[in-house]
Amino acid sequence: MKREKPQSFNTVPIKERLTIPRQDMPEQDALLRSTNFLEVNLGFTPEQAVIEAQRCIECKNPTCMEGCPVNIKIPDFIQLICNKDFMGAAEKIKEDNSLPAVCGRVCPQETQCEQVCVVGKRFEPVAIGRLERFVADYAMLHGNGSAKTIEKPKPSGQKVAIVGSGPAGLAVASDLIKEGHDITVFEALHEFGGVLVYGIPEFRLPKAILREEVANLEAKGVKFIKNFIVGRTMTIQELMTDEGYDAVFLGLGAGLPRFMNIPGENLNGVYSANEFLTRSNLMRGYEFPEWDTPLYRAKHAIIVGGGNTAMDAVRTAKRLGADEASIVYRRSEEEMPARNEEIHHAKEEGVQFLNLVNPIEFIGDEQGNVVMAKCLRMKLGEPDESGRRRPIPMEGSEFTMDVDMVVIAVGNGSNPLIAQTTPEIETNKWGNIVADDDGRTSMEGVFAGGDIVSGGATVILAMGAGRKSAAAISEYLKEKVGSVT
Amino acid sequence: MYKILKAKFIAPNVKSFIIEAPLIAKKRQAGQFVMLRVHDKGERIPITIADSDIKAGWINIIVQGLGKTSAHLNTLEAGDHLQDLVGPLGLPTHIENWGTLVCISGGVGTAEALPIAAAGKAAGNRVISIIGARNKDLIIAEAQMAELVDEVRISTDDGSAGRHGLVTDVLQDIMDEGIKPDMIVAIGPLPMMAAVSNQTKEIGIPTMVSLNAIMVDGTGMCGACRATVGGKTVFVCVDGPEFDGHQVDFKELGMRQKMYKKQEAESHKCFLEKQMKKLKTEQAEEVSS
Ligand SMILES: Cc1cc2nc3c(=O)[nH]c(=O)nc-3n(C[C@H](O)[C@H](O)[C@H](O)COP(=O)(O)OP(=O)(O)OC[C@H]3O[C@@H](n4cnc5c(N)ncnc54)[C@H](O)[C@@H]3O)c2cc1C
Ligand SMILES: Cc1cc2nc3c(=O)[nH]c(=O)nc-3n(C[C@H](O)[C@H](O)[C@H](O)COP(=O)(O)OP(=O)(O)OC[C@H]3O[C@@H](n4cnc5c(N)ncnc54)[C@H](O)[C@@H]3O)c2cc1C
Ligand code: SF4
Ligand code: FES
Repeated sequence: MKREKPQSFNTVPIKERLTIPRQDMPEQDALLRSTNFLEVNLGFTPEQAVIEAQRCIECKNPTCMEGCPVNIKIPDFIQLICNKDFMGAAEKIKEDNSLPAVCGRVCPQETQCEQVCVVGKRFEPVAIGRLERFVADYAMLHGNGSAKTIEKPKPSGQKVAIVGSGPAGLAVASDLIKEGHDITVFEALHEFGGVLVYGIPEFRLPKAILREEVANLEAKGVKFIKNFIVGRTMTIQELMTDEGYDAVFLGLGAGLPRFMNIPGENLNGVYSANEFLTRSNLMRGYEFPEWDTPLYRAKHAIIVGGGNTAMDAVRTAKRLGADEASIVYRRSEEEMPARNEEIHHAKEEGVQFLNLVNPIEFIGDEQGNVVMAKCLRMKLGEPDESGRRRPIPMEGSEFTMDVDMVVIAVGNGSNPLIAQTTPEIETNKWGNIVADDDGRTSMEGVFAGGDIVSGGATVILAMGAGRKSAAAISEYLKEKVGSVT
Repeated sequence: MYKILKAKFIAPNVKSFIIEAPLIAKKRQAGQFVMLRVHDKGERIPITIADSDIKAGWINIIVQGLGKTSAHLNTLEAGDHLQDLVGPLGLPTHIENWGTLVCISGGVGTAEALPIAAAGKAAGNRVISIIGARNKDLIIAEAQMAELVDEVRISTDDGSAGRHGLVTDVLQDIMDEGIKPDMIVAIGPLPMMAAVSNQTKEIGIPTMVSLNAIMVDGTGMCGACRATVGGKTVFVCVDGPEFDGHQVDFKELGMRQKMYKKQEAESHKCFLEKQMKKLKTEQAEEVSS
């Protein structure tokens, strides 16, 4: 990693730094916010950001950086905040992460950079995520790229197609446009951003942020085409042979909802998390009938699952007016994959948690609407291959709950469309595309990364995979030119 | 934005559109559909591609005004634009030379049956079309169909055209005449497809139906369009839209189609009120000017 020793701008003596309390981020009042879709977290003030930045002890071997999947130069950007050079701090982050306003909001920092922050060994770790968010927002507010006129690199004469506009695709676009390639992003839906627009709700990640990021990339020369399904509107082969794309990146995401295969799952009112969240976020069902797409407003909603998706769904159900909105999860809270912050926020908003419970059947009325969930209580056994303790049903523990909506949030599989239309690309038994560490697939010139390769993961891992692929694509294009001339 | 090149009512409340979409025109096959949005706060709805012209770069869709979105769509004219249009979606119809193919369609389903009838004919089948409707005015695309197939038979509920009765009666007539269909395709309202499937199951004629499940993305991402076929859950938008009629759980699908009945009515009412208001102000302006 090329990183010169940062200049320190922190004037607080080391010992005193450890006495500064971790700064709380202002947030909307829980009672109020559980009735609206406005952003929950309000972000640091500049004063708070500087105080928080002063808590960093500038480690010689900054472990925080090792904890970050894309190795953001964390102590360097934090030092710039100490010096109130917020634009400089933003630039520093952008050397490694093109979507800091997104990552500052949705990355699970407590299990990444902040988990290994040295200060955190004895005190609370430096709030790296909140600082990242602060500088990203600051830079957006104070004219991002526009301050510096955008220098467009010399055109390379080579064309790259990026399929999917999620974090993986956007990261590739951001890296490759810098090299003068002709970049086009193709998106199946009518908005860009992947899960960031259709899955993660406005109250956690405002859409305006994504639109701005896309606009920034557009300003740099990236072309964006929506309503275009690669595989259907045009195949990968056609893109390469008829349209002259020299390389293709597939950032398709893991968009195929999993169900539990239990009776009653097709009753009205039983949703996949993808459908429920898409209706709400992408189609703005929460503003029905001002917006046209309808969405159930439940009295008693249960959401099955324990990840971020489940938390987003349950908090959405609450905001749509549910008297009771509960998480039903078959393990204990300790094993929940969701971020701590989301679990904590959900609780504050009045979400109930039914842990060690698993539904086995949904029961409907005459019209086919779900009215009841039959569940079993579980206990935890030995750890399974995921390392988490295996849930075991408790005999005779069956009980029922009155519900008028169920959201199944137990994970996603891979959409088989590309595998169906492009047999040259190897997939594994889960339908994920097989790619090497640098994203090379079994088809020449075609790269892949993000959830379509790894299975459902995180924004930053998808971006990290995108950046690796971008580097490999860059190499590939150079060799291609070399072999022609 | 996707430009509407031509628009014209072909039956009460049923409008035919020619839309500029060269890429979709080039790719589409029988049985496939598009997802569209009329405006930027609109719902995404699936509509079958009835016809296309690769050279001129357009597709044809035929839309029945049912609720808010389709009614709004049917107020558009040539020169107007759709907000979004994506496709072609769904699996193409499986076509082979079965022998005698009977295409049964009801209402706006006849538009969806056209490309299948054409493909069936091209594959060497003898194709008989049965078109059913409540009354004479609601029969669409009869002339287009007549050009494609060997024979068209009509039935109306009120007897105002063709045979007085249902499409199932016409099918019975055909068999009574000693013609044995080798394959049946039924497209139209759910009760009609269910009735045909019931009838043909008893006598053992393979029957394909096109399911109109409620959709959101149309790409297999959300699971809104799921139906039960042969005891298994399918996603209509990617596994279909055509399935073996003898295996479909029509009762469940019927209930799922009514999932948003109350909200749909509310949305449609809002739309009609807005239209009325617009009309009134337009009239007032006309009077005052
Ligand atoms: C509700 C929810 C909440 C989450 N919360 C968090 C969180 O808090 N923190 C976190 O780090 N991670 C979170 N995740 C996970 C994270 O969002 C994903 O890991 C990440 O978005 C994956 O990025 P991607 O680029 O691989 O794919 P995606 O974001 O899935 O994007 C793929 C895009 O490709 C498009 N596409 C697919 N096929 C085609 C095609 N054939 N042609 C054209 N376009 C196509 C899709 O429409 C989509 O827009 C969450 C996920 C969900 C569902
Ligand atoms: C594969 C497929 C092909 C279709 N082809 C045609 C066609 O060629 N011409 C045509 O006129 N209609 C077609 N339809 C039906 C058309 O999509 C619906 O009539 C339309 O969505 C109704 O929307 P609305 O808002 O006007 O009515 P609403 O009042 O919202 O609904 C009326 C009825 O339409 C159905 N519906 C509602 N929303 C949706 C949705 N998002 N997706 C699917 N169905 C919905 C429901 O059964 C509902 O009860 C097709 C449907 C499918 C699934
Ligand atoms: S580990 Fe913590 S204290 Fe050390 S440099 Fe990183 S953020 Fe600062
Ligand atoms: S409409 Fe979403 S999966 Fe079929």
